[in-house]
Amino acid sequence: MPQEHRLILKHADQPGYTPDLECYLRHGGYDALKKVLALAPKDLPDGKKMSPQEQVREDVKASGLRGRGGAGFSAGIKWSLVDRRSGKPIYLICNADESEPGTFKDRQIIHKDPHQLIEGMILSCWANDVKLAYLYIRGEMPQGAKLLNKALDEARAKNFLGKNILGSGFDLEIHLHRGAGAYICGEETGLIESLEGKRAYPRIKPPYFPAVLGLYMCPTIVNNVETLCHVKHIVSMGPGEYAKLGTPNNTGTRIVSLSGDVKRPGYFEIEVGKVTIGELINDPAFGGGLRDGRKLKAIIPGGSSSKILKAGETFKLNRKGADGQMTKVEVPLLDLPYDFDSLMGAGTMSGSGAIIVLDDTRDIVEALANLAEFYAHESCGQCTPCREGALWMSKALHRMTHGEGRKADADYLLHIAQNIQGRTICAFGEAAAWPVLSFVKKFKEDFEAKGAADEAKAAAAKH
Amino acid sequence: MSAPATTEAKPAAPPAPAAPPPPSDKIKIKVDGREVEVPKMMPDWQGKPQPTTMLQACQLAAHEVPHYCYHPKLPIAGNCRMCLVEFGTPQMGPDRKPVLNEDGTPKIAKSVLPYEPGTPRGAIACATPISPGMEIYPNSPATKQMREAVLESLLINHPLDCPICDQAGECKLQEYSVEHGQAQSRFVEAKVHKPKAVDLGPRIVLDDERCVLCTRCIRFTKDIAGDDALGIVNRGSYNTIAAWAEGKFDNNYTLNTVDICPVGALTSKDFRFQMRVWFMKETKSLCTSCGTGCNIVVGSREEKVYRYEPRQNDAVNSTWMCDSGRLNYKWIGRADRLQKCGMRIAERGMLEVAWPTALKAISAKLASAPSGSVAIVASARQTTEELFLLAKLAKKFNALTDSVARNAEGDKLLVNADKNPNSNGARLTGIAGPQLGANLAKISDGLRSGGIRTLIVFGEDVTKHGIGADLLAKLDTLIVSDILPSATTAAAHFVLPGCAHLEKRGTFVNVKGRVQKFMKAVEAPGDARPEWEFLHELVHNVTGQNGFSTIEGLFNEMAREVPGFAGLEWAKLGDTGVTVQI
Repeated sequence: MPQEHRLILKHADQPGYTPDLECYLRHGGYDALKKVLALAPKDLPDGKKMSPQEQVREDVKASGLRGRGGAGFSAGIKWSLVDRRSGKPIYLICNADESEPGTFKDRQIIHKDPHQLIEGMILSCWANDVKLAYLYIRGEMPQGAKLLNKALDEARAKNFLGKNILGSGFDLEIHLHRGAGAYICGEETGLIESLEGKRAYPRIKPPYFPAVLGLYMCPTIVNNVETLCHVKHIVSMGPGEYAKLGTPNNTGTRIVSLSGDVKRPGYFEIEVGKVTIGELINDPAFGGGLRDGRKLKAIIPGGSSSKILKAGETFKLNRKGADGQMTKVEVPLLDLPYDFDSLMGAGTMSGSGAIIVLDDTRDIVEALANLAEFYAHESCGQCTPCREGALWMSKALHRMTHGEGRKADADYLLHIAQNIQGRTICAFGEAAAWPVLSFVKKFKEDFEAKGAADEAKAAAAKH
Repeated sequence: MSAPATTEAKPAAPPAPAAPPPPSDKIKIKVDGREVEVPKMMPDWQGKPQPTTMLQACQLAAHEVPHYCYHPKLPIAGNCRMCLVEFGTPQMGPDRKPVLNEDGTPKIAKSVLPYEPGTPRGAIACATPISPGMEIYPNSPATKQMREAVLESLLINHPLDCPICDQAGECKLQEYSVEHGQAQSRFVEAKVHKPKAVDLGPRIVLDDERCVLCTRCIRFTKDIAGDDALGIVNRGSYNTIAAWAEGKFDNNYTLNTVDICPVGALTSKDFRFQMRVWFMKETKSLCTSCGTGCNIVVGSREEKVYRYEPRQNDAVNSTWMCDSGRLNYKWIGRADRLQKCGMRIAERGMLEVAWPTALKAISAKLASAPSGSVAIVASARQTTEELFLLAKLAKKFNALTDSVARNAEGDKLLVNADKNPNSNGARLTGIAGPQLGANLAKISDGLRSGGIRTLIVFGEDVTKHGIGADLLAKLDTLIVSDILPSATTAAAHFVLPGCAHLEKRGTFVNVKGRVQKFMKAVEAPGDARPEWEFLHELVHNVTGQNGFSTIEGLFNEMAREVPGFAGLEWAKLGDTGVTVQI
């Protein structure tokens, strides 16, 4: 029987659990911080010593933690890429600009357990010799910003933040910054520009990799809210225990935001890879199934940018057999384990961990038009393919949903989207193109039928 | 754009690559299948050595990569995506050694989309550094497809109003559409509409619908001119260039944004709708508004000047010029230009005469002038060659000479406080001392005492510089050459109509000692002649010397006789000049 495994959200929804410091401390809050501050340098076999900070960095690497923001990149490797020899300060930024449609996990943490995030940030800053960190929160989360500011004040008052934290000699300040309401500010270099007070135009990479030339052209770590919370648990549990959660290369837990046509939409924290998509949708512990009489049409598995999966699809995935050999196994959609690698193997991604379920009452063209309108509105407009292409696709879909479709529009849309993906400054290009590419490829008959019907209607009207 | 050979109007030569570093600082790559060795480091927009980019490497391999936002003198933005090129790098084995083909050549892994390995992934050539063994495919089908797609995107919301657009003929959208585009667009939706004829500032009009949002104007204004006046408002396809307040784009460098705008979005109020660019002759010349000596291209047609544009010279003005210098050309075509030689005859007043008559009479007057009785006030707006000839005359009469100093406020970028284009020419030829104008008081004393009986004035109104009409009236002979009438020409016994610099050839020496030549763009009005021509005749008549017959010969003679120009030759000056010790 698949069940939730609550690690990050362990206390969040318990009766009586409040977002204030006292409550957090009663539940073991800031113990992880005290633990690392007491760490001693470790003797290595070659006679050298490993600093406590380096130990924690190694632990995060060993834990196998992968970023929970969208790309699923190893957090430990991200930290190891930071330029520590530049002589410049290293900054850490918590990306709390949660705005991927369908995603509502970070706000659970921010609203219900803000100190967990702050402790995760302090630990991560300590491990990376960061003295100044920023918490960039989405502009549309005023209550979250209020709660976080209160929590930061409380942490400062108890010397979990500020000068000489708990007598350790470690100084750290965290500033909260509210965005002004743009999806692109979630892109790390766009976020950095925005934090610098500029228009959130993502930077070109090379040369502006945040690990080398980030905030104010200094080495910078940008991590998602949930990722930073996991650091606390890696420190508390130790990397070995942590890595036992989830599945190999997909360790730990993650919070899945489930929305759309299910009986019980909501957020569920699961061990990564231990629960399948079918269980998430249908199990009474999770989505509770589709509404009565409805059939599954498709799911968007990892936030609106991820490629759609069609009901009934099967995928060939690499599986390690009992003999240790990799073999290709055919896996139906509903049996896909919800983890990073399986969804990549299925040609899509687990992205921000947001599953959007579409049942057979949904018009696929209407659904795509809705998404395309979002991306046209949120394209920053810096580089040509996305600036022009996002609105172009949206206009075409708007036309299609207003009775002026053409049979040729399916290929027309594919053509536009193909000229965006892989050619833009940031991943927004993919985010805008992938829904169109996947919807149209997998539901081509729906698009062509709609176009043909409109053309027939228009031809009839002429006679 | 036909141009007589004398103007040497050719397209600007590409900037010379940096001095070749030692061989170890080179990287071998392949461009379009051909192996080339290029420097590891090349100058960036500020001239600092940075890892060579694919675009620079392709340029060295004679492959021009099309681009809109990239400009060699601006920070890289990478937003237009026009320079996307397909590329590959040597495939590395698990041992970090290159994997080899059967024939021993390194196996190249073409860059592909990580999530779609069958699709090539381009890199923006403007910002991507090269690496050893890299292969760049600037002409591959994938590269061509990427360019077509970018052009198609740039044109979907473009008004396609070339027939009424000032940029037509020098528009990168037009040029690249022909070279890299498709004849047709698939776009069937309604276009985005944006503000038209926006009054950005006193000299600039913006058409936002034509804009390709390359941000060159924003980067120039912020990073070169140091003015944060421009920015982008709105989002996505509705992105719009705007000044922080309409009409407030008013620094002294705004017109450079018109030059670097690759399309017809930014236009100059002065030039727009005046002349189709393909009708104009282009002539390499210099700006004369200050001692910086910005290199320019003059656009003219049928003896009328339409515009100045800056011409690249990294030793002088990079690729920029100030607005005040650029617009300071209207006086050249003024209706009251001096067009005839004048000779004052007692009781009959000033008569129009032909050149031979005037020169013969002047030569006769000078032939009888005793040593020490002649003074010369020249102008530091004259060419070095003319100043050299006046210095020759001065030597003959042991004459007091000087020119007029002209100073105003300079700025940090290009505008110099010295408002004469050739103060150093006046110093080097000996016409003036270190301090221009220091001799003017002595000359006026000479006039007052009667010791000076003959005064020769070129290009200055001396009544504004301490030598009033009362003093001029005491002279036996006042010989004045100028291009516009003044109180000094009114008092003259002889008036010789001269040429504006656009009507002749010559050199100026800028404030840093750069000797730069300029070419003739338009014909002088009426009988006006280049000063060096008639000075040459006068010098011949008075001193008997005659060693040259062309401006080239004159310059080379000057280089032989004046120590400051030792070793120079006209031909060696090139388009961008040579620096001498000052």
